[in-house]
Amino acid sequence: MTARGEAMAPGVQKEPSMLLQKALIGGHYDALARAREDGRKVVYTFVPGNLTELLRSFDLLPVLPEINALQSAMRNKSAGYIAEAEKHGHSEDVCTYVKCDIGMLKKGNLGPTGQPLPKPDLLLLSYTGCFTFMKWFELLRQEYDCPVAMLHVPYQADGVIQPHQRDYIVRQLRTDVIPMLEYVSGRRYDEAALQERLALSARAEDDFVHVLESAKHVPSPIDAYFGGVYYVGPIFSAFRGTKEAIEYYRLLREEVDARVTIGAGPITPDGPMGAERYRLVVEGPPNWTSFREFWKMFYDEGAVVVASSYTKVGGLYDRGFRHEPSRPLESLADYCLGCYTNLGLPSRVALLERYVRDYRADGFVINSVKSCNSFSVGQLLILRQLEERTGVPGGFIESDLVDPRYFSASNIRNRVESYLQMLDQKRPAGARP
Amino acid sequence: MTVMDVFVGIDLGSTTTKAVVLDGKGGVIGRGITNSRSNYDVACGIARQEAFVAARFALTQAALAATPSLCDRAATLLPALSRSFRLQQHLGQLDLLRDALHRVAAQPRYQASSRELDGSVDLIVDTMRDRAPAMFGSLSVRKSDFFRDVAAAEYMQLAEERAGRKGATFDALAGLFDAAILPVENTAADNLFETHIGPALDRVLNARDDAAMTESMREVVTRVRGIDFHEASAVGTGYGRQRLPFPKEQIRSEILCHGLGAHAMFPGTRTVLDIGGQDTKAIQVDPQGIVTSFQMNDRCAAGCGRYLGYIADEMNLGVHELGPLAQQSRCRVKINSTCTVFAGAELRERLSLGQRREDILAGLHRAIVLRAMSLLARSGGVADEFTFTGGVARNAAAVAALTGLVHENYGQRRLNISPDSIYTGALGAALFAQRTGHP
Repeated sequence: MTARGEAMAPGVQKEPSMLLQKALIGGHYDALARAREDGRKVVYTFVPGNLTELLRSFDLLPVLPEINALQSAMRNKSAGYIAEAEKHGHSEDVCTYVKCDIGMLKKGNLGPTGQPLPKPDLLLLSYTGCFTFMKWFELLRQEYDCPVAMLHVPYQADGVIQPHQRDYIVRQLRTDVIPMLEYVSGRRYDEAALQERLALSARAEDDFVHVLESAKHVPSPIDAYFGGVYYVGPIFSAFRGTKEAIEYYRLLREEVDARVTIGAGPITPDGPMGAERYRLVVEGPPNWTSFREFWKMFYDEGAVVVASSYTKVGGLYDRGFRHEPSRPLESLADYCLGCYTNLGLPSRVALLERYVRDYRADGFVINSVKSCNSFSVGQLLILRQLEERTGVPGGFIESDLVDPRYFSASNIRNRVESYLQMLDQKRPAGARP
Repeated sequence: MTVMDVFVGIDLGSTTTKAVVLDGKGGVIGRGITNSRSNYDVACGIARQEAFVAARFALTQAALAATPSLCDRAATLLPALSRSFRLQQHLGQLDLLRDALHRVAAQPRYQASSRELDGSVDLIVDTMRDRAPAMFGSLSVRKSDFFRDVAAAEYMQLAEERAGRKGATFDALAGLFDAAILPVENTAADNLFETHIGPALDRVLNARDDAAMTESMREVVTRVRGIDFHEASAVGTGYGRQRLPFPKEQIRSEILCHGLGAHAMFPGTRTVLDIGGQDTKAIQVDPQGIVTSFQMNDRCAAGCGRYLGYIADEMNLGVHELGPLAQQSRCRVKINSTCTVFAGAELRERLSLGQRREDILAGLHRAIVLRAMSLLARSGGVADEFTFTGGVARNAAAVAALTGLVHENYGQRRLNISPDSIYTGALGAALFAQRTGHP
């Protein structure tokens, strides 16, 4: 989800925003490596429903285990970590993010950049739709002698936030989470500091949404999935509510706007993409172990992803949500409730349907991930319903998050090519090639 | 010389490579098949040559039918000519094999016994040549159409009979064959028809001694031989399609080719199931044969053709013997289908418990069909009409299991299976070639 970093081969074209993003993420790992000597405290927490502004207002540093896992995968380290976790008794069928994280820990807890990760001073679990998160932190609690705070976020079965749900979260923040953060940090809760950070968040969120929605242009100046996972990096991880994030999204927005002006397409690892031939919506997380190979299967064919659900796991900003300084804890509650992983199937179908229409997509692809139940359950139903509602054909591919054993390149390429050729066949005569 | 526009489709599969040749109007005039060896270019070349040979035979047949003095004898003449041609082709390959065997025997590692080996090789190949005409007789049935299989069976049997003499042990002779068969197999002969039809025709005509017939027959064959096929367009598909020497626009996914091919064979087709060597595809098509949805097996190829091949090896049977045997079952045994190797272990255990081979095989066939049923369900179900293609569609036990399960789950469906179902992908590719080509 974040830095291009070492995963990228030499000779790859980089725009200023990419370099800045890499520096930001790298800087965060530096800060984590120095946390102990700098006397700073560390909180392990997850991306969906993260409370970064609140943590930052206590001067706490977040560590995001899923990000470490995917970063390790992009650096070819996940296979060894998974093997290590299996050696410690974790089944082959367990979420591979979890095993990658546990394996990394067992091998000395060196982060993706090779720097040591500090032990947690607190495990903060915002439970948003993924049951595995809870088991994951149970495992971490066995490893670390540290306190745990849990924020229970009610599932959005019907997709509408109810006042009592919001109140329930705010109450937990006041009675459980904030007191725990005060205890761990040794500081008092400072609502003004939180509000200041939420104001910064909202500014970055505006530019982020502008970037996502630029994909409504034809040709799209961005790839909202393969490129999108880089764009969400800062805002989904440690940088929400920081000046750095504002700077990054302003720069990114300028670059994207410049591409719109000249009618240019996305930048791929092989340089500017060729002619846009297919506009796709993608549901499901990407594969990280063969990320570039996976992306190449699409951009080589002129397929660009114009919208994706995965870039919404850390918040549905394009549906209007913004962090609001005037209602600090309430807007954090709304944020947690609205994350994509916390939505029921009908809301997911409705969202994807909107994307297919609003972004004028030729088709949609589901990447079903074997080890991720929270994403994969119901995806065939999503496929059928979306086909019925939009009249646009869906494609279905299967891979995994960070276990390289489950990425069968020739099989996946076969499906992607077959699907794109199927779209060609279904185009009305005289339509784009 | 007559020039004839043709369209070619090639399906480079994991087990076999198929080619289909269409005439200018899109009618099938030739089909060719060969085993997909490691060298895809050769496999492609051979399948294409075979399809062109078949096309020339089809044209010969049409010409015979149009020749008043020959039309009523076409029914016997053409099969005789075809068998004679195959014999001629087989003898040509035996000559190549003999040369290759001698070349291997001349290598330093066989130095001590090269004389004995050369002698044995000549005796063996001479015997194979002598026996060849019987193999291509009007009543004979060959176990395989591929030279490698036919030659290997005979050679090994003869080598065993000749073995034991000084230097020319069975191991040494078998080693020679293993090294020699590859280059023979990988020699893609150009102008197959032109090379062999002359001697093949002589053999047929000499046996008949009818001057008038001889004259008109030679005239017909010379005319057909002189036709210059002009490949207006060619399209490739199948697992090896990226390796075909075609530009990108001339390569199509096998999903699309199977959909269109099945539609061409049975225009009422709405659902296609293809079980090939390493993958199973469930495809839904619209009334024009355009694919609307598909599912494939992922990660694991248990339940595909190779699963049956593995089981056949385990049971020491030919893969074609499995279906008929399974159909004799009276009490089906339940076998897992999640892993080919585990199924093999289960099979050995069942056998050791004294269960009948027929019953175990019936269970295995049901197991692979159950996997296909899951893919069909995921692709959107089984609509009417339902067309079954791929190598496994030739297996009667698999067809019976599929028919039963489809009926149970979806009700009455018309099930189409073409005797040429193995060519479905190549046919679809050729039809795409026809759509894109501008003769």
